[in-house]
Amino acid sequence: MTTPTMAPQTPTTAAPQRSRARGNDGGRIGLRANLRHTGALARRNAVQIKQHPELMMDSLMIPIVFTLLFVYVFGGAMGGGSPESASENRDAYTNYLVPGIMAMMSLTMAMSVGTGINEDSRKGIMDRFRAMPIARASVLVAKCLVEMCRLLLSLVVLVIVGFLVGMDIEGRWMELGAAMGLTLFFGTSLLWVFMLMGLTMRTAQAVQGVSFLVTTPLQFGSSVFVPTDTMPAWMETFTKFNPLTHVADANRALTMGTGEVANPVMWAVIWSVGIIAVIMPLAIVRFRKRT
Amino acid sequence: MMRQDTSGHGRNAVEVRGLVKHFGDTKAVDGVHLNVREGTVMGVLGPNGAGKTTLVRMLCTLQLPDSGTATVAGYDVARQPRPLRRRIGLTGQYASVDERLSGFENLYMIGRLLDFSRSGARQRAYEMLERFSLTDAASKPIMKYSGGMRRRLDLAASMMGNPEVLFLDEPTTGLDPRTRQEVWDHTQQIVAEGNTVLLTTQYMEEAEYLADELTVIDHGKVIAEGRIADLKARVGQRMLVIRPAVPQHLQHLVGVLTHYGLAGTVADEAQGVATVPIVSDEQLSGIVRVLGYYNYPIADIATHLPSLDEVFLALTGQKTDSQDAGPPGSGPQGAGSGYQEAVA
Repeated sequence: MTTPTMAPQTPTTAAPQRSRARGNDGGRIGLRANLRHTGALARRNAVQIKQHPELMMDSLMIPIVFTLLFVYVFGGAMGGGSPESASENRDAYTNYLVPGIMAMMSLTMAMSVGTGINEDSRKGIMDRFRAMPIARASVLVAKCLVEMCRLLLSLVVLVIVGFLVGMDIEGRWMELGAAMGLTLFFGTSLLWVFMLMGLTMRTAQAVQGVSFLVTTPLQFGSSVFVPTDTMPAWMETFTKFNPLTHVADANRALTMGTGEVANPVMWAVIWSVGIIAVIMPLAIVRFRKRT
Repeated sequence: MMRQDTSGHGRNAVEVRGLVKHFGDTKAVDGVHLNVREGTVMGVLGPNGAGKTTLVRMLCTLQLPDSGTATVAGYDVARQPRPLRRRIGLTGQYASVDERLSGFENLYMIGRLLDFSRSGARQRAYEMLERFSLTDAASKPIMKYSGGMRRRLDLAASMMGNPEVLFLDEPTTGLDPRTRQEVWDHTQQIVAEGNTVLLTTQYMEEAEYLADELTVIDHGKVIAEGRIADLKARVGQRMLVIRPAVPQHLQHLVGVLTHYGLAGTVADEAQGVATVPIVSDEQLSGIVRVLGYYNYPIADIATHLPSLDEVFLALTGQKTDSQDAGPPGSGPQGAGSGYQEAVA
């Protein structure tokens, strides 16, 4: 350093009443301030939705449309497909399908966050946030919180539709809550994957394109819509490594009381924790990085 | 437009020493030195791609310099980003407000992020809305704002925390002249309150209107700096543009004017006009006499403030690179052509 810098503590005479309300000078941002910032940013996302309810269309419509389509198009044909047993087959398939779609929703809802973050970051508002005295991670954490609420809402809608088309959980309410919690946890981990994608890729279109390419095989190459035991061996192997299978199986085991609970739940938790542990720091570093 | 130095210290609010930033092989900013004294307005003038925005982004801690140092309000941009951010405001080239929120919601959010209490943030937001004449539009979403209203809200957002140094990165690029005036009026008010401002612009007129001192940059390098009056003495106060009704007269006209001691006279064959830098009113009347003496038929005669291109031509003897591409929103003759004022 060859140039003398002025002492930071020196009060400026040009404008005496600087509003540095509760901010300390050192630059470290305390927990309370962090929570306040995250709250203000989450409020931003919530107000956006309030002003533009169409932003909630996907979380409300996708569970309804998918459930109705799959139950009433495929449901009757499942398990042999003779017209006499169609109604019975449909009821059985509803019980199979709804916990699966629950798992699918975690992926579908998480997808949209990537394009959202990408668009945000090119609009200049992110530059304003990044030039402000806040922890940069709070921008992402706030986004994550709001998206979790959206996912939770879509799960509630899904379960209501499920009951309306004849899903029967035989009073396993606690287990239903546990399945929703597990799905929410897994969905949160996926949110960070798509946030990282949104922060890394150049355009929202690219994010959308890649998201679609990645998510479609994951959705269908799993036990979400049909049992995997009729698939060829290589495909069945793929489904075993697909975390959606574990989440769908766990949800099914919990709500329907069929099959083993511990194993799929364990794998769903391992996947979620693993993704969060690896991807979340990467996304935050990516967002904080000054190029 | 020099203002009183109210601080009395003349300390530097911004100090830039040999700042360099590469993007791949191109040097966006190439060894810039720059001082902005407290309570003054520094204009950074340059064409598109001169490195103005990169410079501002480094000073606002959005990008790290490759080499060199810079301090803003006494804090180093690379090593002390957090306390630095508390003391700056940034209004970018593109309005950096949330399109989906209302004006009030935008400002309230910024207030909360600046650690105002709930009621404090609300109060400050209404104060700022009032100050930037946006009270009526407080609850309208930004999507429904006009271009000028967005820029004003952007200014209001940047002023929420009463920053020590305000960065304005091309605050009026792409605005129509009337809206530009609106933004200028509000900026001038900020300036009049003794804030330190670093303003980047492509418009000589904007720099003249708002800034005390000017740094001219091109290809990431400072090519001229100093007080506006000094630079204008080098460049010419105004440019006189004469269009002879008979195009064949052009060369003769230029010859005559040069003969009468107006050395900077240039013929622009493509446009069919002669341009003369004018430094005094006497020169202007002298030229009118000469035109009358030779009895040229004149199709058009006008003066205008030197455009960026003309400043560059005078300072470097070169036209700007951006002339062919043309910055968005500018006329076909390059930046500044919208400011022609007829000699009535």
